[in-house]
Amino acid sequence: MILIFLGVVGLIAASFFDAVPTVTWPDFLVRSDTTVEKLGLMALVVLMFVAVMAILLFMVDSRKRVPNWTVAIAFVGPAIAAVLLGLIWPMTSTIIQSFFGRSPWYDSERSEFLGFENFAVLFTTSEFQIVLRNTLIWVLLVPLVSVALGLIYAVLIDRTRGEAISKGLIFLPMAISLVGASIIWRFVYEFRQAGSPQIGLGNQILVWLGLDPYQFLINAPWNTIFLIVVMIWIQTGFAMTILSAAIKAIPDDIIEAAKLDGVTGFGMFRFVTIPSIRPALLVVWVTITMTTLKVFDIVRTMTGGQFQTSVVANEFYTQSFRQFNFGLGAALAVLLFVLVIPVVVYQVRQLRISEEIR
Amino acid sequence: MTTTPPSATAQVPATAPPRKLTRAEQRAVEAKTKLSSPWATAIAILMAILWTIPTFGLLVTSIRPQASIQNSGWWTWFTNPEFTLENYDEVLFGTGTAFSTYFINTLVITIPAVVIPITIALLAAYAFAWIDFRGRDLLFVGMFALQIVPLQVTLIPLLSIYVDVGLAGSFWTVWLSHSIFALPLAIFLFHNFMKEIPRSLIEAARVDGAGHVRIFFTVLMPLLVPAIAAFTVFQFLWVWNDLLVALTFAGGTPNVAPLTVRLAELSGSRGQDWFLLSAGAFVALIVPLIIFLFGQRYFVRGLLAGGVKG
Repeated sequence: MILIFLGVVGLIAASFFDAVPTVTWPDFLVRSDTTVEKLGLMALVVLMFVAVMAILLFMVDSRKRVPNWTVAIAFVGPAIAAVLLGLIWPMTSTIIQSFFGRSPWYDSERSEFLGFENFAVLFTTSEFQIVLRNTLIWVLLVPLVSVALGLIYAVLIDRTRGEAISKGLIFLPMAISLVGASIIWRFVYEFRQAGSPQIGLGNQILVWLGLDPYQFLINAPWNTIFLIVVMIWIQTGFAMTILSAAIKAIPDDIIEAAKLDGVTGFGMFRFVTIPSIRPALLVVWVTITMTTLKVFDIVRTMTGGQFQTSVVANEFYTQSFRQFNFGLGAALAVLLFVLVIPVVVYQVRQLRISEEIR
Repeated sequence: MTTTPPSATAQVPATAPPRKLTRAEQRAVEAKTKLSSPWATAIAILMAILWTIPTFGLLVTSIRPQASIQNSGWWTWFTNPEFTLENYDEVLFGTGTAFSTYFINTLVITIPAVVIPITIALLAAYAFAWIDFRGRDLLFVGMFALQIVPLQVTLIPLLSIYVDVGLAGSFWTVWLSHSIFALPLAIFLFHNFMKEIPRSLIEAARVDGAGHVRIFFTVLMPLLVPAIAAFTVFQFLWVWNDLLVALTFAGGTPNVAPLTVRLAELSGSRGQDWFLLSAGAFVALIVPLIIFLFGQRYFVRGLLAGGVKG
């Protein structure tokens, strides 16, 4: 285990100096062209992994009276090593990179230190201001509408016949990949010239209403709203599920007491249901906000970030892997990170307050 | 986790009202205290329809002949039903699309990316819950905090590590990345579940002379099956549906790229070929859909236990 730790530290140090020798792996491990090869490799990897874990545990267990910390390292070590290598180090590197120019910061010949210039570019260039504005609209609108719709739906179908099925229908989009969802909705938004038969349902409805077909995905700024619809379509099911469970968990005596006081209908919803599920509402809100911040699949698949629809997560991808501007890409990633932090802090504080009240 | 799984069918209030009411009276009271009215029912049904129609439309499209798709809306299918599997045949085995290859890639990516993090996380969670060692709480809080790190922050440095060690463009990049990214959440979830197991159970095993390894496998594992099932469904859906990680590490190599990458590509390059896109989308979503339908109970339980990821 100590070896693994040393290995990780060594690798970090080495990549610091960009001097890791390129290992030549056996061909079957890194190249698989046919289906048989792929499946074989998959089986091999799973078996290898299980074997390594078994040996590790066996070594720990075979000797009597091993000190506690040895056992602890054997159990925790792999996770810590993985996280150090795969999260902590990359995160540090990206933060450093966000203060540098286009080239990798450890490339001593070409890297240039820029200080906060990347961030200044993000906030002052009109192109990026649109990106930030869009991100803000996403982050405000998606949780608001999803939670509202999810809550309404959860209340409406609570303890009705066929509840499981009604829930399933709303919940199903969560199983669909964001790419799949984007294609489903691009088809709804599909545009044909006025006069020719529409094949997208959205425009057909407009035609049925006697209106002209509309370029849902091209006309800014409303196209951002139509992208947001897709995310709401997915997240409402999530909100509905959690909130429905919270509603069911409201103690019956509270409801009975309210009934005796003559509270009915909307009053029940406003003065009993909402206050009782406040913690759940908060969790759902925060979770959806964080998910929304990081979503890029929808924008990328539906408009590719064109027509003024880009968001921070999509711009990160464009800058890093299309423009190869690593400094700006890193700055966008760090911005995402920074935006997440206050949301989390708020959640933790609220939860602590609600625990104290209890 | 004390909440009832919401998938349970219509529930009757657990406690009976203080005064005995007839069934009909009870229902009347219920109806008054809830928002149920014809309007409420109408809204609920309307929402359910709105949520289902987009997917349904694409499904109908995928079984219509190519020419019909281009010339008329899918709703005309009801008056003029046609059925063909040609679109699926083309998208799965056509030389330009070859979704069957990418389907295998997705499968090969997903299985290890589910098994590996779950195993590592189970071990770590056990240590955090039941082994006393110095710095344990600090490490656990650190691990917990890592949940908020957005993937974007890690991608480029990870990619350059993979390039440096000669793994770029292989399945390993995706396996390792997904495994690492899953750890903080998995450890947190499993730790919560393990902490709920009564200490006396562990102590009893310890008195019997069982070491940590035996306690882990004989006492804890059987009790953890629901938690493991929940996270398996979670991670499976996440990896199968992921685009960002796959695009970054395996995007350029058709031998490794999964369905999502191919589908996104197709949507960009042949965005008007709805006969391909519709069938392709359904090829990509059929497996997660099945997993989801069978594992919904566990999935919901995982959600309620705080397992959300992005």
